Amino acid sequence: MRASRSILPLRLSGLTWERGGEQLLGPLDLELDGENRVVVLGPNGAGKSLLLRLAHGLIAPSSGSVAWEEPDPRRQRSRQAMVFDRAVLLRRSARANVEYALALRGVAAVERGARTDEVLEQTGLLDLANRAARALSAGEQQRLALARAWALRPEILFLDEPTASLDPAAARRIEQLILQIREAGTAIILTTHDLGLARRIAEEVVFLYRGRVLEHAAASVFFEAPATREARAFLQGDLTW
Amino acid sequence: MTDLLEAFETAFRLLLSFDAGLLEIVGLSLRVSLTALGLATVVGLPLGGALAVFRFRGRGVAVVALNTMMGLPPVVVGLLVYLALSRSGPLGGWGLLFTPSAMVIAQFLLITPIVASLARQVIADLWVEYEEQLRSLGATSSRALPTLLWDARQSLLTAVLAGFGRAIAEVGAVIIVGGNIAHVTRVMTTAIALETSKGDLPLALALGIVLLLLSMAINAIASVLTARGEQLA
Amino acid sequence: MVVRAWIPALVCALIFGASPVATAEPEFITLASTTSTDNSGLLEHLIPLFREESGVDVRVVAVGTGQAIRLARAGDADVLLVHDRASEETFVEAGHGLERVLVMANDFVVVGPSGDPAGVRGETDIAVALGLIAEAKAPFLSRGDDSGTHKAELRLWRAAGVDPGPDSGTWYREAGRGMGATLNSAASMGAYTLSDRGTWLSFRNREGLVIVSEGDPQLENPYGAIVVNPQRHPHIKVEQAQAFVAWLISEAGQRAIAEFRVGDEPLFFPRASRR
Repeated sequence: MRASRSILPLRLSGLTWERGGEQLLGPLDLELDGENRVVVLGPNGAGKSLLLRLAHGLIAPSSGSVAWEEPDPRRQRSRQAMVFDRAVLLRRSARANVEYALALRGVAAVERGARTDEVLEQTGLLDLANRAARALSAGEQQRLALARAWALRPEILFLDEPTASLDPAAARRIEQLILQIREAGTAIILTTHDLGLARRIAEEVVFLYRGRVLEHAAASVFFEAPATREARAFLQGDLTW
Repeated sequence: MTDLLEAFETAFRLLLSFDAGLLEIVGLSLRVSLTALGLATVVGLPLGGALAVFRFRGRGVAVVALNTMMGLPPVVVGLLVYLALSRSGPLGGWGLLFTPSAMVIAQFLLITPIVASLARQVIADLWVEYEEQLRSLGATSSRALPTLLWDARQSLLTAVLAGFGRAIAEVGAVIIVGGNIAHVTRVMTTAIALETSKGDLPLALALGIVLLLLSMAINAIASVLTARGEQLA
Repeated sequence: MVVRAWIPALVCALIFGASPVATAEPEFITLASTTSTDNSGLLEHLIPLFREESGVDVRVVAVGTGQAIRLARAGDADVLLVHDRASEETFVEAGHGLERVLVMANDFVVVGPSGDPAGVRGETDIAVALGLIAEAKAPFLSRGDDSGTHKAELRLWRAAGVDPGPDSGTWYREAGRGMGATLNSAASMGAYTLSDRGTWLSFRNREGLVIVSEGDPQLENPYGAIVVNPQRHPHIKVEQAQAFVAWLISEAGQRAIAEFRVGDEPLFFPRASRR
């Protein structure tokens, strides 16, 4: 099988997004090569979720470009996955939810079963495989969403506030899974309000404020010696928007 | 009051004795309305879903048109179908006038807008919830549509039942295109109209009671199916 | 999923179940007639007799006279049986029908509230009876629907020298509905009305209505049968339709008509002329 070209690095150039005459994001330039675990931080309304959605292709930019290394748009989409703050699951079993995603990707039936078992086991959901997905707890549902994304073996995984609606124990499990997924070779970029999670997970930080990238640095640098006034205020909890 | 009591008496007598005439009329009512419903479901659910999911110019107009058609007066639909199917009309050659098929057509035209409009509402709400995730997984709108329809099946069943309710209870359309011919196109509602016009109110009421019981039975069955469905999903 | 599988199967079964199976359909003709004729029960009595003799079934579409004629004109019926001589003759003259054949007659009666505010009771002269009602401005409910009965009623008012039209909405009201529905309304309003005897005899909701005038020869209501012209509508089942009309005026048919009873009373009188 011909190894398909990697879609990374991702280059966002001159990206803007407007709504109702207001520019909510940009102009923004950013390059992500997937080597480090990237966390996008910023106060409410900074544009974190917007940035992820633009990068993942769920929204079209008002101007500027989202350029992957791979030119074919289908291949671009098939090498990415995204997990949202709340798991969106279909009214069927946990197993069926994962298999649905694999079927969408054109994975053959036999392999679907095998891959599903694999990710369900890795996320500790194998016992619940035949349970109705919507009957699972919030933590289990989010783990299932992660399992579903992981089954697709993406090159890059976007996560928008993955632990926002979870209790600390469930959040910790998600955190561990994210690290595992990175170990297995998937690039990670996530947004979060949880500074604890950010500190533990981030290797690289993108700090957004009012739609612009104010800082983009190694995590250690950002957390210990933030360059801008806004970043400092944010880290102290003084910057609300 | 005596009419009402006599009506209940007549109704139960007819039912318990499995009166042949009654069974024939009930059987035809069910065949016509369920067939129309089946067709309306096959057409209306995907149509409503498509209107919810696909974005195109004129969609707003289409939605308004669809919602307006929900309120089509049955007698007007009956008249239009009659004019179309009459021997002097464009489709006269089909020879469908005064047959159950004509009644199915008329009821199909009446209930499809209801099924489609309610489906559209249900699917639109679900699409708001699902769209981002499904697109992220790589589903196009076309690919997502059957998924949405299946996931919304319980709410869609309600839409389908609404369609059935309208079909089984209407008289304006079927009486014109069917002709209320004894043993051929006489259904519950047209039989009620006939007995009323003859002044036999107790019998008309009795048939009405039977119709209500029938509707109740169908709704009860749907309720059970929904409950079972909830356990499985 | 199991549930998914049986849905299309059910739909197919229903469609094929409900569609007319054209293979072994018995022969039939479509008869356009009036609600009063059908409601009297006469057709239910006659049709099985004809079917037995000829093997042809008769499907009755019973509507108002005007609509019955329109159906015949459009070719949606093979035979027309109504009781409005003027319209029938116009129909044939315009080439829509082959020939008007006089088959039978029934009669009209005037019914009214048992209190009889206009003092009509016992009056056999219809012109006088109607005159009394108009003078007393007693409530009178007309069919008002262009039916044979309605047209007969208008003729009778003219013969009585009364024009109730301008008073429509006051003592003279127009129901715009069939005979049964009109009787229903007349009963609840306590109004006089003109009804064919057949509908009156089988009407069960009388609520104090009684016959106040009957027997005037002008109240006789003749029925004509007309086969639709196949030149206008080639699909018309001419042979069977003509067989039906022929049977109606045959000895067997005329006897069947005379034998028909509601309660113990004869309703229709054979009138086929012997040529």
